[in-house]
Amino acid sequence: MTMPTAMNMGRLASTMRKMPEDFLIRAALAGIGLMLAAGPLGAFVVWRRMAYMGDATAHAAILGVALALATSVPIAAGTAFVALAMALAVTGLSGRGRTADTALGVLAHAALALGLIAVSFLPGVRVDLSAYLFGDVLSVTRGDLVWIWGGAVLVLGLLIWRWNPLLTATVNEELAQAAGLDPRRERLILTLALALVVAVAIKIVGALLIAAMLIIPAAGARAYARTPEAMAAWAVALGILAVLGGLWASLRFDTPAGPSIVAASAVLFVLSLVPLGRAR
Amino acid sequence: MTLIEANGLSVRQGGVTLLKGVNFAISAGEIVTILGPNGSGKSTLVRALIGLTAAAEGRVTRRAGLRIGYVPQRLHLDAALPLTVRRFLSLPRQAAKADAEAALVRTGVPGLENRQMAALSGGQLQRVLLARALLGEPEILILDEPTQGLDQIGEAAFYRLLAEVRAETGAAVLMVSHDLHVVMSASDRVICLNGHICCEGTPEVVSAAPEYRALFGFGTGGALALYRHLHDHDHADGHEHGQARQHDAEDA
Repeated sequence: MTMPTAMNMGRLASTMRKMPEDFLIRAALAGIGLMLAAGPLGAFVVWRRMAYMGDATAHAAILGVALALATSVPIAAGTAFVALAMALAVTGLSGRGRTADTALGVLAHAALALGLIAVSFLPGVRVDLSAYLFGDVLSVTRGDLVWIWGGAVLVLGLLIWRWNPLLTATVNEELAQAAGLDPRRERLILTLALALVVAVAIKIVGALLIAAMLIIPAAGARAYARTPEAMAAWAVALGILAVLGGLWASLRFDTPAGPSIVAASAVLFVLSLVPLGRAR
Repeated sequence: MTLIEANGLSVRQGGVTLLKGVNFAISAGEIVTILGPNGSGKSTLVRALIGLTAAAEGRVTRRAGLRIGYVPQRLHLDAALPLTVRRFLSLPRQAAKADAEAALVRTGVPGLENRQMAALSGGQLQRVLLARALLGEPEILILDEPTQGLDQIGEAAFYRLLAEVRAETGAAVLMVSHDLHVVMSASDRVICLNGHICCEGTPEVVSAAPEYRALFGFGTGGALALYRHLHDHDHADGHEHGQARQHDAEDA
């Protein structure tokens, strides 16, 4: 099976109408797997105003890609590792008097720059960096699917397991502490989940757009939800809709797949703003 | 039976001493109010007693397995988080529907289950916070300025509610306040705090204490004056402030 490129996509589109190809099914499955984890996690990212964390870990992921290629470690593992280190560094730095803003400005962009430099040093490997910056969901392999679904199920399980403590710590850290919970541990769990999702998503939407799939579906879900659980479920639903819609648009209009998925979720977000006589 | 006890408790934050040499104990069924001007370390003391803030010196002892019902000073809810009252009451532990209903009835806000937390008035929110605290069947309720943002009538009603809850459940109540009259009458014991314990005792004893008058400026006809420290000793020299509590503790 050859990798479809933007160039031949137009021709592919005509054959698609008869029967969906394997690569397309794999792309859809990858996107759905991602959203199972990114939906609920995105809700927490929105509630806790951690949008910046998504950006930072994603930027750092490029460094992870470079290190993984240099050391022949699986890309997803390298990405997850560096993203986690990054998230921990940001959490640690922002806790002590410095604003998270500044810590991120330094760390995220330094990591991205170092990643780009490191890639240029890789001997004998022609690395298509844009695949990691913008993702290449149409080239997802069966092996990738195992990674993506494995990571997504792990994150989803983690979130479900810690749901009530996480939610309590999000509502009010003092309430959580008075109830015998440790807000720092809950923060760490979210950080871990974030790193995993970044590692999973880098193939699908790329490092630059990962934060979008965390935040935009969750932001759209707010309009339909009256409880936190409903919002998380809606975020998954809107995210999956965006994946399918984006893939369809990518074929139909011959547009790059990753950005099309993000654009589709943005359209869904705008639609969620239209009042339809529902409870807010 | 002592529920929480602090011995020689000092708390520092960023090089600043917020509390120094505080000795404190609260027993089962007691209503104790901590009074003090802004920045006197009231919230810090409460946080240290719960274990939210670490002690720099001294120690805090809580009875093993003590069930604390905590009502925070403020509950800032991000508008991005949809949360019904019913769902909030089940954080972090699931509350049965009937229990949640009864708790809301008890705190005087029946039928709010399906309202959004963000849409509640200040008075309703305080009562919902109290309802949530009561659901854990606490042995002690700890409230940090529970009546902030309530008018005087609402405030008086809230303190009456606390007294009723104490009478029904036997739970001790520890609360923080910067206001005087209403709180005084509702308390068994009052503690004046200003970085250390200035005076403590029954409301009658405390309101007659010179330290209390100095703190709250009763010399100016009962109105709150700008804080002037009229202790007869120097506070800057770092002497043993734990002794300050002896001013009135013996009389109490």
